[in-house]
Amino acid sequence: MARCDATVIRFDNVTKTYAKQPRPALQDVSLEVEKGEFVFLVGSSGSGKSTFLRLILKEERPSTGNIFVAGKDLGRLSNWKVPALRRQMGTVFQDFRLLPNKTVRENVAFALEVIGKPQGTIRKVVPEVLDLVGLAGKEDRMPGELSGGEQQRVAIARAFVNRPMILIADEPTGNLDPQNSVGIMKLLDRINRTGTTIVMATHDQAIVDQMRKRVIELEQGHLVRDQSRGVYGYQH
Amino acid sequence: MRAQFVLKEIGIGLRRNLTMTIAVIVSVALSLTLFGAALLVNAQTGAMKDYWYDRVEVSVFLCNKSDLKKDGCVNGEITNADRQAIEAELKGMSEVQTLFYESRQEAFQHFKEQNKDSALSETLTPDQLPESFRVKLKDPTKFDIISSRFNGRAGVQSVQDQKKLLQPFFNLLRSAKYAAFGIMAFMLVVAILLIVNTARVSAFSRRRETGIMRLVGASNFYIQGPFILESAVAGFIGASVASGLLSAGYYFGFKKGLVDSVQVLQSQLIGFDKVIEVLPFIFLLGVGMSAIASFFTLRKYLKV
Repeated sequence: MARCDATVIRFDNVTKTYAKQPRPALQDVSLEVEKGEFVFLVGSSGSGKSTFLRLILKEERPSTGNIFVAGKDLGRLSNWKVPALRRQMGTVFQDFRLLPNKTVRENVAFALEVIGKPQGTIRKVVPEVLDLVGLAGKEDRMPGELSGGEQQRVAIARAFVNRPMILIADEPTGNLDPQNSVGIMKLLDRINRTGTTIVMATHDQAIVDQMRKRVIELEQGHLVRDQSRGVYGYQH
Repeated sequence: MRAQFVLKEIGIGLRRNLTMTIAVIVSVALSLTLFGAALLVNAQTGAMKDYWYDRVEVSVFLCNKSDLKKDGCVNGEITNADRQAIEAELKGMSEVQTLFYESRQEAFQHFKEQNKDSALSETLTPDQLPESFRVKLKDPTKFDIISSRFNGRAGVQSVQDQKKLLQPFFNLLRSAKYAAFGIMAFMLVVAILLIVNTARVSAFSRRRETGIMRLVGASNFYIQGPFILESAVAGFIGASVASGLLSAGYYFGFKKGLVDSVQVLQSQLIGFDKVIEVLPFIFLLGVGMSAIASFFTLRKYLKV
């Protein structure tokens, strides 16, 4: 069990080697993320960012080392308890991953329906969260009718509607123009201020430099930089 | 799990894979019909065995004047002493339920009744027929006890078991049962492969939804439930079709063709209650097989 309530993510000497690949995707990574932190995860493609995020979500298990998320030792967490863990996390992707045949409201409601929330709760909290992400009035649109920035707002609403402890964002601005990216970052910042821990993998140098949050840099699976109020990097 | 959500998902899934679903329903229906038919043939065999074994007898034919060549008849016609000894011994056996004696005259009468039109009955005299003891056993399968004890005995011409005459008929029924079970096994394999494939296609066509469900922390129950229920519904429909086919087959083929038209057979043929007894097994197998097959398929494709 985690020693400290304020630590929401802890990696202890984590190494992940995929089958048939000589070089580990992550090698001996140790770090802690406190509750309410905003962390940028940077590094070139293949540096291990995605593996890092997948390990937090327990989509992969580490080859060696221990991972604690929300006070749970993931190595000891049985499979049937994984859903409960994931309910404490929200996830946002570069490609939005919305259901194209459902409206904005239905997309967000889906996340609550499938974890068995009562209809009354769903009717109450879905408009609230859509209002929060700035989509009030577009509840009945289909995802295809929205701009990329708006679609990502729907995805964030869906990730946040269950008020998770941790929000994981994998290049959320990767498909967006700079203007929309700024809007999304403002939204994530607002969510971060509600006390939600955010871990965001990104290649967007301008955003990292502007936000001045903690920066963790991975290079070929090694943790090479962990800097509070950091910038994207020197050599890029 | 909220019923409305689940029902909606099942409806969408079944319609999306309509052709596959129909294939599943047809193959499940056919295999279950054969399964039910095999069970009914079995029940019919049992009913006929009960009927006939209650009526078959073991006959101990006694020596006649003309039987000199036979084993037990070297001394010619049976003596009174031998006849009494055999009768006493048969009466004393615990396996024997009833025993009666048929004299030559009675045998002659029976023969004439049964062969009215035959020229043989004109020339035959009572002397030429053997007298016999007719034995009904408590357990009709224990014929050997009688035959081993009395065959070759002085005064006994032969021991005959009527059950042996019925054996080819029961063998035929047994072959029919095994044939039905055999074809059922093949159809069952086809049905299971189709169910597995349909579940896989269904899971693939909804991978986007299931991916999101996993990410937001839906339980396996929620993720797999709609797929398993989808298969179970297809299995249920298949079982319903099989029930309909069996009932119709019983009514139009068996009842109209045999039970109603051949009065003599009525008491040995199974009634509709037997069909009803078989139906729960058909539904159990249809729904259970489908649900289990898709559960094991999905476990591979939708792991946490």
